[in-house]
Amino acid sequence: MAYKIVSSSCTGCSACEPECPNQAIVEKNGVFLIKPEKCTECIGHFDEPQCVAACPVDNTVIIDNSYPRYAAA
Amino acid sequence: MQENTRRLKLIGVNMTFTAESTNTSRLKPLGGIKIEVAGQAASSGCESSGGAGKASCGSAAGPADMPSEIWEKVKNHPCYSEEAHHHYARMHVAVAPACNIQCNYCNRKYDCSNESRPGVVSQKLTPDQAVKKVLAVASEIPQMTVLGIAGPGDALANPKKTFETFERLQQEAPDIKLCLSTNGLALPDYVDEIVKYNVDHVTITINMVDAAVGEKIYPWIFYNHKRITGREAAQILTERQMLGLEMLTARGVLTKINSVLIPGVNDEHLIEVNKAVKARGAFLHNIMPLISEPEHGTVFGLTGQRGPSAQELKEVQDACAGGANLMRHCRQCRADAVGLLGEDRSDEFTQDKVDQMEVVYDLEKRREYQIKVEAERQAQHSAKEAAVAMAQTQGGLDMKLLVAVATEGQGKINQHFGHATEFQIYEITAELGNITTAFIGHRRVDLYCQGGYGEDEQLPSIVSAINDCHAVLVSKIGACPRDELKAAGIEPVEQYAHEFIEHGLLAWFNDYRARIARGKTEHQPRGDAHIRQGAYLAA
Repeated sequence: MAYKIVSSSCTGCSACEPECPNQAIVEKNGVFLIKPEKCTECIGHFDEPQCVAACPVDNTVIIDNSYPRYAAA
Repeated sequence: MQENTRRLKLIGVNMTFTAESTNTSRLKPLGGIKIEVAGQAASSGCESSGGAGKASCGSAAGPADMPSEIWEKVKNHPCYSEEAHHHYARMHVAVAPACNIQCNYCNRKYDCSNESRPGVVSQKLTPDQAVKKVLAVASEIPQMTVLGIAGPGDALANPKKTFETFERLQQEAPDIKLCLSTNGLALPDYVDEIVKYNVDHVTITINMVDAAVGEKIYPWIFYNHKRITGREAAQILTERQMLGLEMLTARGVLTKINSVLIPGVNDEHLIEVNKAVKARGAFLHNIMPLISEPEHGTVFGLTGQRGPSAQELKEVQDACAGGANLMRHCRQCRADAVGLLGEDRSDEFTQDKVDQMEVVYDLEKRREYQIKVEAERQAQHSAKEAAVAMAQTQGGLDMKLLVAVATEGQGKINQHFGHATEFQIYEITAELGNITTAFIGHRRVDLYCQGGYGEDEQLPSIVSAINDCHAVLVSKIGACPRDELKAAGIEPVEQYAHEFIEHGLLAWFNDYRARIARGKTEHQPRGDAHIRQGAYLAA
């Protein structure tokens, strides 16, 4: 799996973007999105997913079930 | 760029920002430890006593009790100097949208297009766009002397964008003073950079010095890659704020502390905050009312946490400094405001418009203009002092009361009641035969008169906004509002139209006391007043 940003809730504040250890977050049309292929859910980097922890709007960065759970190599 | 045209609305992130001074009559560092600047101790700032018209922050040489380095920093800053705000403008650039803490008075997700509150901006900017905008505004408004980064998030939670903007401005517009505003969490990490880019003034929002109070204000912070909640979060925040403040003081950076007054949460506690920041060398303390409406969608808005009344705000302000060291004039304006105090010209400088402007940054032209502004300021200062000296009388009854004034600037009573979107409130004190006046704040009101017709439904809200005043001094007033005000016990006064404010205040007060002495008027206590919610919106 990967995390995803609900674009209708994203304020475009950019708090998540510099926190991502994988540079998986990019800005598009004033809001941010996560490139799922780059997302590691911060496993192996931090105790909690940084984008979720930094986001000021509840339920805006959520788990994307359409991707398989990230498995650390 | 498309991403920048999307409306970004972040509410009240750290309401800090802008405290524009209306009448920073008493500018003194809060005391406590001394600020060492270039080997000199800045134990006090420029001081004035309002109505007595003595030394104000407007004298060219600078008050004798203030080191010239400090005076240079504050004299043209609309937030730090009483007279400066009439003449010099400021602007904010919204390059810092991210924040690292959550405040209960702030809602990051908000979607109303008519928002005008602290932390709310309509366009976020890249550093590149911000620099272009600053140069455009500086060319168009040569009295713009101060550039601040206040958000709409936290300036230091966006360090790359904030310092890139400062670095470029230092090169391209070296005469502009730089400021920033922060919640303080990241402050200790960036003190070196703040000094490196010659940032003159830093505002820190400090609402508490006790984590038990703090946990009611801050649900979480993001620190060291973790979201931390509860009392632990508030404890870390207060420790970082105090450390950051001490570090800035040690490096000679002027600091202003903004505190949001939240009734029942930190009202009495702000006296402790005042002591703590004073002891760490803060230059000014600005206590602002909470802005909280359910439709803002903030935690406090939704839980029904109310803001303070005018009297409650004044009580805490008075308790904190006895009138000195406190800033009473914060307009709680937006993180993209442009212009003089009480005006917002940001609409003239939207990204589209800036993109089309031919900008030539002419340092010499700006300097010449500012010399003229300074001469005008001096002339006004002298005229005001002379007028006030003439109106001073001795003796009479001891009393303390408030008076509202409608002014368009120049320090005069020169606005029609119906055209006022805010009133300035002055306190007149007669004690042991000596009379002083002091600016204590402003009250926003809805415009009463639009297109020549009075809007009668607006009137009760205006009355409630100045209900604690004994009189309102205006250049002119219509018959209908005049009768309404009288019925409410507020004396409408046109007699001092186009006089200097302090002169009008003292002349009216002398007349008022004479009427009492003759038994023509009875002195009655006034009630409380309502603080209108929302930031100032230029009509």
